[in-house]
Amino acid sequence: MLADGHEVSCLDEDPEAEGRLQAVVGKDFAEAGGTLTIGTALEASALEEAGVAKADVFIASTDGDNTNIVIAQIAERKYEVETVIARVMDPLRAEWYAKRGLTTVCPTRAAIELLQGRVRAMASGMDD
Amino acid sequence: MATEAASYMIVVGGGKVGRNLTRELVSQGNEVTLIENDRGRYLALEQEFGAAATYGDATELWVLDRAGIERATLVIAVTGDDEDNILICQVAKDKYEVADTIARVNYPANREWFELLGIRPYVSATDLILRMVEHSVPKHGIIQLLDLGDQGLEVVELELQEGSSGEGKRVGDLSMPEGSLLISVLRAKKGFVPGPDTVLEAGDEILAVLDPGKEAELQSLFSA
Repeated sequence: MLADGHEVSCLDEDPEAEGRLQAVVGKDFAEAGGTLTIGTALEASALEEAGVAKADVFIASTDGDNTNIVIAQIAERKYEVETVIARVMDPLRAEWYAKRGLTTVCPTRAAIELLQGRVRAMASGMDD
Repeated sequence: MATEAASYMIVVGGGKVGRNLTRELVSQGNEVTLIENDRGRYLALEQEFGAAATYGDATELWVLDRAGIERATLVIAVTGDDEDNILICQVAKDKYEVADTIARVNYPANREWFELLGIRPYVSATDLILRMVEHSVPKHGIIQLLDLGDQGLEVVELELQEGSSGEGKRVGDLSMPEGSLLISVLRAKKGFVPGPDTVLEAGDEILAVLDPGKEAELQSLFSA
């Protein structure tokens, strides 16, 4: 997203996140134009420090489905962020929250589809 | 399974709160299912509650389905995780149309989110724990136990202090603020419902129900 020219603010509870971001971005995260805030997602002060109030997009992708679902709703309702996306690993939960209007991305569902595609491709190869 | 129980309840989280709560609810003749997602803890619960204890993560919809949530009239989420408690109540109310939910708040700062998402009523575990720790009454002297926001009521606990205007008074002579009612008195570890002739003593732990905003008025009676 930085490469796309967006201003990106990252909130993580782990101070090590800085090193991880640097490894992915290829240079110092701040130099690349990113901002890192250390804190937990449910802390209003951390969210605010990360700039949630002025965000156009809020992406909740911690390793906890329920945390993501809750903070995504907080971003929507309290901070009125226009676009909110929650990563939800559990397909059933992702589906139900999607039905009630939350934008969810389900990596499990995506992986199943990819795997299915591979298996189908192999199976049709075997038929020949 | 209880015979002709009035209602079916699901308790999520088998820690101290969930376990004791389940025990009470079962002893009152309710049909209860307790859901616990820690295997070791579940095995201990199964010893006590038999088939009323189930193993699983109640934030997974199929676990709730399996527990028969569609016929539950009350879901109580008392896990140690606030996000889980919020999610369980949200799903119970909106997906399964369970009539009532009660949620536990583990971190008082998270109350704001329970309010924001309409997860009510909730109980703050911190307050309950404070109560368990002897002599630990917070500075303001009043502990909110249950917030019945929609009904415009709250249940609070406070300790009657030595030298307060309520000390040594008959309950009948007490000028309780309008919109408040004394529910019970805990004295020397024994609880009782006071009558008009009950004389209040310093150190009494008093449980009262009141309209929000009456806390200060109530407190002035019981604080020195």
